[in-house]
Amino acid sequence: MLEQQLVNGVVLGATYALFALGFTLMFGVMGVINLTYGVYFAVGAFAALWSTQALGLPIAAALPLGALIAGVIAVAIDTLLLTRLRKAKAPELASLMVTLGATLFLYAGMAASLGTEIRRFPAAVFDGGAYDLGAVRIGTTQILIFGAAVALVVALMALVRGSRLGLAIRAVAENPDAAALMGINGGLMLRVVSFLSGAIGGAAGVLVGLNFNAIQPFMGEHMMLRGFAVIIVGGLGDLRGALAAGLLLGFAEVLTAAYVSSTFKDLTAFALLVATLWFRPLGLFGRAAAKRA
Amino acid sequence: MSASPLLAVEGLTRRFQGLVAVDSVDLAVREGTVHGLIGPNGAGKTTLFNMVSGVLAPSAGTVRLDGRALDGLAPYRRTALGLARTFQNIRIFSEMTVLENVMTGLHTRLSARLGILLRSPGFRAEERGAKARARDLLAFVGLSEAADLRAGALPYGDQRRLEIARALACEPRLLLLDEPAAGMNPAETHALLALLRRLRDERGLTLLLVEHDMPLVMSLCDRLTVLNFGRRIADGTPAEVRAHPAVIEAYLGAGTAQAGTAQGHPDAHPQGAVS
Amino acid sequence: MWQTLDDFYWTYQSLIHGIGVNGILALSIYVVLAVGQLSLGQAAFMGVGAYTGALLTVKFGTPFAVSMAAAAAVPALIALVVGGPTLRLTGVYLAIATIGLGEITRIVFLNWDYAGGALGLSGIPEKGGVLAIYGTLAVVLIALILVARSRIGRAMEAMREDEAAAGVMGVNLPRYRMTALVVSSGLAGIAGCLSAHVSSFIGPNEYGFETAVTILSYALLGGIGSPVAPVLGAAILTLLPEVLRPLADFRLMVNGLIIVVAVLFMPRGILPWRIARTG
Repeated sequence: MLEQQLVNGVVLGATYALFALGFTLMFGVMGVINLTYGVYFAVGAFAALWSTQALGLPIAAALPLGALIAGVIAVAIDTLLLTRLRKAKAPELASLMVTLGATLFLYAGMAASLGTEIRRFPAAVFDGGAYDLGAVRIGTTQILIFGAAVALVVALMALVRGSRLGLAIRAVAENPDAAALMGINGGLMLRVVSFLSGAIGGAAGVLVGLNFNAIQPFMGEHMMLRGFAVIIVGGLGDLRGALAAGLLLGFAEVLTAAYVSSTFKDLTAFALLVATLWFRPLGLFGRAAAKRA
Repeated sequence: MSASPLLAVEGLTRRFQGLVAVDSVDLAVREGTVHGLIGPNGAGKTTLFNMVSGVLAPSAGTVRLDGRALDGLAPYRRTALGLARTFQNIRIFSEMTVLENVMTGLHTRLSARLGILLRSPGFRAEERGAKARARDLLAFVGLSEAADLRAGALPYGDQRRLEIARALACEPRLLLLDEPAAGMNPAETHALLALLRRLRDERGLTLLLVEHDMPLVMSLCDRLTVLNFGRRIADGTPAEVRAHPAVIEAYLGAGTAQAGTAQGHPDAHPQGAVS
Repeated sequence: MWQTLDDFYWTYQSLIHGIGVNGILALSIYVVLAVGQLSLGQAAFMGVGAYTGALLTVKFGTPFAVSMAAAAAVPALIALVVGGPTLRLTGVYLAIATIGLGEITRIVFLNWDYAGGALGLSGIPEKGGVLAIYGTLAVVLIALILVARSRIGRAMEAMREDEAAAGVMGVNLPRYRMTALVVSSGLAGIAGCLSAHVSSFIGPNEYGFETAVTILSYALLGGIGSPVAPVLGAAILTLLPEVLRPLADFRLMVNGLIIVVAVLFMPRGILPWRIARTG
């Protein structure tokens, strides 16, 4: 029983970590909590759903397509909403409020156009069966989710920490003015980061949609609570912290649901969030990005 | 050499991720004097100010005001104890009127609570007194005419003077001035010099200032402390400091010896550290 | 004459109640915004106030005044616990913690059988009514205007403009932030209690993210230059769907759009007049 819960926890935690990674990357580089992030999550899931249903694509193709569409939308929204405030060097709460308004607009728009009923992937997506390893049963979908989440996390970490592009991105995050002096195209880097975060959010939406096989416009809103918890527990802007905190939350939720009550499962994220604010406000590793003056 | 100094800084240190912005600096400011803090860019002057006023926590060392250790006290507590400051980049409340800015400086000297809701005679009297006091201070810095204007609409030099009036409203014993003459034209600088002298001579106020305008520093200050790369390299009267070999090297010839990281341009930003 | 007025009241009763309740909610978010912070927990605090007041009235038959007092006290207490650490940190943390709080309150009400669970709580006796709603609104509005024109109002505006400089002026920042959040949550709780006692039913889904953002849109549309502005914003946004019927289905989209437009293009709101800060 416990082994089975641990497997479920790893799979869930990996998707949370992936979701939070895009969110915290966005904050780390832009210095803005962009609340529309939850929308990309739902957009990715709907795009994948549409491509499996209408185009008959296999999930291996629907996942990247969903991510791509979410990434493009993220770039568009960022350009539309935040360029002006960035130029005016507006306070961070102004940016937060703009994305908040946009989030309400987009959720309400999606609910009006797509309906709020829960949709499911076609059965064909899931016909991979399952493997029994002793007491533990692992579905092929779970393996796919876990594999895709790990692959994306590894790819993103490699990109940010080990490539020239990643170096440029980190330079912009550290000091946009100095980066500009060194010939880095800051605007381009911001668009790249928007795209990456949006695509990661979208991919996470596809994977979580698969995991629970439930897709609806407000799925991103419910996920955002976990996103907040993970980026604060991990430390704002701390990529490795987000990974660790994502896994932690996945385990905590699965174990709470199994051994305490499934009602409390949804409270786990908030409990972790408040505990972190009280006792480790800079996150697990104490490395939250310092407040920007 | 009478009593202990009004401000005593001992071994004050601040590290930013491996970079030592202020390195175990000692500083003593005697009551009733104007003390200058000078040094090339990135010498750690503003960082030192931020630690004294409580905006930034030191990595090591202590700050004492009139013998009382200020360690760990939030800025507002230090204000109540008699410390006030101005900022290098002007930070007046630009949406408020000039008079309201100065009245905000009186915050710790006012105490109305319930009277505010009841509009009690006590509250009215206190508020009237505060207004009169703020007008006096505006008159002192020469801004009486501007009292009801929006502070952000004032010309640059007037904003600097408003910031000083606002700091004076805190009724400080020690006033920290971070580059008060920055961006001023010669006429404005001259008026500022006269104003600062009157603060010392007429009001008996103690001043600690960071300033790059050397003529102003030399003619105003009773004593100078020179920082370079976060360390204190000289301390003494203006004449002593001017003749000090380390100071001459820091200002004129440091480039070759110190890999050219710091240059003595008075107009650039001496912000030593990133946050 | 009286007959006409009476008809008018009965036809537009819920709208009249709504404008007053939303006015109080607008003032509750104003108190937080006025010190330069952002709370997205106003809907949750409202919900806690509504449930507290309604449960007391329905299950224990307490007098309305007692229900009201408890409806203010319980959210204020929650604000103290959640805000305690948060307010020492930056505004983003408060915003996030309060969004989280909103989601949690929804889950708790949804699963709390004693309070009706998903079905909500119905049969709340009608108490208070127009007089209580508008009386509260007037008292709160006047109190906030008086506070604005005092040393406290100056300190609040100073914090909003430049927090560090306000601290150097001697403003006790943590205490002001905390007080603002506690007062604001108490006000939201009162608004919740008043509205519960005129609508006879409350449900767990009425106090979610959308409501929190809508409350924020009142203050952003009206402006926060004076306490009057957010009340005006609330009145406009409450009336708008009534006046422009076709808009009613897109109410939430309109509110979202108003926030975006207000922050980007009219940061002072539609009533930019700034209240004087001397008493």
